[in-house]
Amino acid sequence: MSFALPVELDDIQGLVRFGYKHHTEASFLLLRVTDRDAARRWLASVPVCTAETVEPPPDTALQIALSGDGMRALGVSDTIVDAFAAEFVTGMANDANRARRLGDVGSNDPSRWQWGTGTRVPHVLVLLYALPGRLAGFRSAIEAQCAAGFEKLDCLTTIDLDGIEPFGFMDGISQPLVDWQRKRAAKDAERKDYSNLSCLGEYLLGYPNEYGGYTDRPLLDPALAGTRLPRAEDAPDRADLGRNGSYLVMRQLRQDVHGFWQFVDRQAGGDAGRRETIASAMVGRRRDGVPLIGPADETIEGGGAPGDLNAFTYRSDRDGLRCPLGAHIRRSNPRNADLPPGAPGFISWAKRTLGFDADALAHDLVASTRFHRLLRRGREYGTGVLPEQALGVPSADADTGLHFICLGANIARQFEFVQNAWAMAVRFDGLPSESDPLLGTREPATDGTPTDGFSMPRADGAADRISGLPQFVTVVGGGYFFLPGIRALRFLASPP
Amino acid sequence: MTPQDHFLVVAPVAAGKEAALRTLLDSMNAEPGMADPRNGVLPFAQFDKLHFARLALLDDALQADLRAHGVEPKRLATCLVFIGDCDGPADEVLADLAERAGPGLVLLFGHCEGFGDASQLLAWMRAHERRSAASFINWAGRTVRQIREESTLQRALAARVPRRPLAAGEAERVRRELAAWVGSEVGGGRLALTPPAPTPLGWQLAKLANLVLVPLVGIVVLPLLIVGAPLFVILLRTREERDPEICPRPIAADLEALQVLEDRDITNQYTALGAVKPGLFRSGLLTVLLALTSFACRQIFHRGFLARVQTIHFAHWFHFADEGRVVFVSNYDGSHQGYMDDFINKVGWGLNLLFSNGVGWPRTRWLVHGGSRIEQKFKYYQRRHQLPTQVWYKAYPGLALVELNRNQRIREGLEQATMSDAQALAWLRLL
Repeated sequence: MSFALPVELDDIQGLVRFGYKHHTEASFLLLRVTDRDAARRWLASVPVCTAETVEPPPDTALQIALSGDGMRALGVSDTIVDAFAAEFVTGMANDANRARRLGDVGSNDPSRWQWGTGTRVPHVLVLLYALPGRLAGFRSAIEAQCAAGFEKLDCLTTIDLDGIEPFGFMDGISQPLVDWQRKRAAKDAERKDYSNLSCLGEYLLGYPNEYGGYTDRPLLDPALAGTRLPRAEDAPDRADLGRNGSYLVMRQLRQDVHGFWQFVDRQAGGDAGRRETIASAMVGRRRDGVPLIGPADETIEGGGAPGDLNAFTYRSDRDGLRCPLGAHIRRSNPRNADLPPGAPGFISWAKRTLGFDADALAHDLVASTRFHRLLRRGREYGTGVLPEQALGVPSADADTGLHFICLGANIARQFEFVQNAWAMAVRFDGLPSESDPLLGTREPATDGTPTDGFSMPRADGAADRISGLPQFVTVVGGGYFFLPGIRALRFLASPP
Repeated sequence: MTPQDHFLVVAPVAAGKEAALRTLLDSMNAEPGMADPRNGVLPFAQFDKLHFARLALLDDALQADLRAHGVEPKRLATCLVFIGDCDGPADEVLADLAERAGPGLVLLFGHCEGFGDASQLLAWMRAHERRSAASFINWAGRTVRQIREESTLQRALAARVPRRPLAAGEAERVRRELAAWVGSEVGGGRLALTPPAPTPLGWQLAKLANLVLVPLVGIVVLPLLIVGAPLFVILLRTREERDPEICPRPIAADLEALQVLEDRDITNQYTALGAVKPGLFRSGLLTVLLALTSFACRQIFHRGFLARVQTIHFAHWFHFADEGRVVFVSNYDGSHQGYMDDFINKVGWGLNLLFSNGVGWPRTRWLVHGGSRIEQKFKYYQRRHQLPTQVWYKAYPGLALVELNRNQRIREGLEQATMSDAQALAWLRLL
């Protein structure tokens, strides 16, 4: 039997609920444990901002995430570590099989990464956020505190581009609306409409997910945890180390802004309007964030007001005439329901369920978006380059990109699925051999077929196809972390 | 059309020969699990009627799960299985294999119990052949040759089609020009489009007989079903409440052994093995449901979809009733995670119907609810029951079903005499 406990905002790290957008300054410390006792002492007491609302917002916020290696370095037993998700235990970069799935091959190969493999796997990820002008002092204070227990592998700096990612497009528009109030009953039921409201258990362990079930996580003998950990809702006789925690996926994505705009410019024959058209088609939105699908005026549960940049699905553009099927935002979030739309009534439902509705079937290659949502918390880094500047000669310090961060309760079903089955998939939604126009590696298929194309379907003829896309985004670091609940963090800092 | 067929040769591995057999199987691969099409043991590429083939070893590790039902499992020898999907009668393909790859097959089956004389190879394989209880063929009649020819055709047309806005009425003219060009390419021997072979009469009659007989049997036993329904419900529900779930997390090393074989082509393989729940009720129910599945696949689901799933090339259920085991094999497009999510989200009910008769399946309600929808348990269960496919061959690497089906529509459209402008436009947009 399960019993629904109230959501304890004071036991959840703030990043799950907030993007810290007022905290425009951020740095991410990648640490390795050098002195276990000192490291534990620091982790046991360091103030961590919670998901409670604080007015006015604090000057600074600190968040802590641990890798599997990090837990072991802190002395957490293998039994406990191994009870986390298999993806987390193995890590992002330590498995050639995972690399094939994620597209971490060729120039994305982890052996070329700046951090994230071997002895450059961070044990602890410290995320520092600060209001303008407050980061430098905060960061040096934290670094001083960490010096006793940790070696600093790197400090990833960020830049505030005011909601614009380095290619020049407004970013972070689409986010699931997390059901913090647990309004939606925890049960397994088919959903006929796309909804942006998403179960808490999709992002936090210990709560029911979209299937109405609980994602696997370490449930401990209460004798081991005493009163230090909450009990599991679905197993009240067990202490729940996962509860209020989330997996944090981090990828450092270097963006070739010059390469992107110069390629698009060549395709456009130097025509500025055409350049914007092609670039927008690849993204699926204009630079100002307006979706290509047109006026966003659908009513979507949890999807904002009609007119909002997020209030749309692709139902009215099934062939990708307005927004190409392979556009980046369409691949990352196809916005569909569990069953293709059709007439009301049992007969229509049964036909669609059994595959007898040819029209529905033709648009059923991608379904059930709700199981594959990501809560994105990324930050840009490097120097911002305007698209107009990008057409000129690249400057020497052109290293810019995105520290992609996303949260989820199931790495395999959320981040890895979106990356593998949608973004990198060369047959996404029936497309001819092509992967994500922004993220694709352009590695040829097994039979040598190129994957460096991009199709823009049109109503009055065969699709316009661009080919020879170079790689615009290169993975240069990454890792899987666990962003524990506050009690779980203190427990991991002094394991039994 | 040429109907597709399958073969499965299964034989126990002789004592002490398993390690050598595994080494031999690995030697056939170009990379883990992926057969070298020209390997010296079984050069698959020479057999142009073969769509897919696999060699795998079935062990009896999970037989121990039967103890949860209070049954002491029999020890079963590890078996070698050789499974293939082919154009035309499997028997002819087996004979062809025996003739042209005889030494390799003798080497392989020489590791099995009771394999004697090389001259008896074909007879021995036939004696060890088993038929599936149900088989899904994505598109009945689509041959390897057709797939390859249509892929070449599509590439040629995609490179040639004008990619610009067309004026009203222009689409049909463009289509006819392309058709005329293809005609001249075919005439000049630069493109091949082999016309389909006549459908064998025997096959048509057998299909027709199946179409009539299965419903007829249904009608005859209907009164029994109605009378027996209450009893059936009681028997089913008590079992569903009581049957043990056995869904532990798979061992990391076992998972690794499966994953190392995956995602090396757009298509992946799946081989799974499990014991049927003991007792007449479950084995009887499974037999009936497999027969109905077989009927549905033969009569309905052979035009690109198995209910909502459109990513399976071929799938087979083998019911070894004497051992109380089922082997399920499939060839699917995309990654394992995507395949399983597709299964749960699109046809979870169908999985439950069949597989809930297997030992340890996550708890179902009314045969279709729950079960595979209990995501975490289902995902553990299916991975734990999966076996590494030691050697796997696909005749058309890099090609996925979405394009096989599209290429077919391209060819069909090409062969049509006239089209309306809207039809011609829709056809051009396939390119």
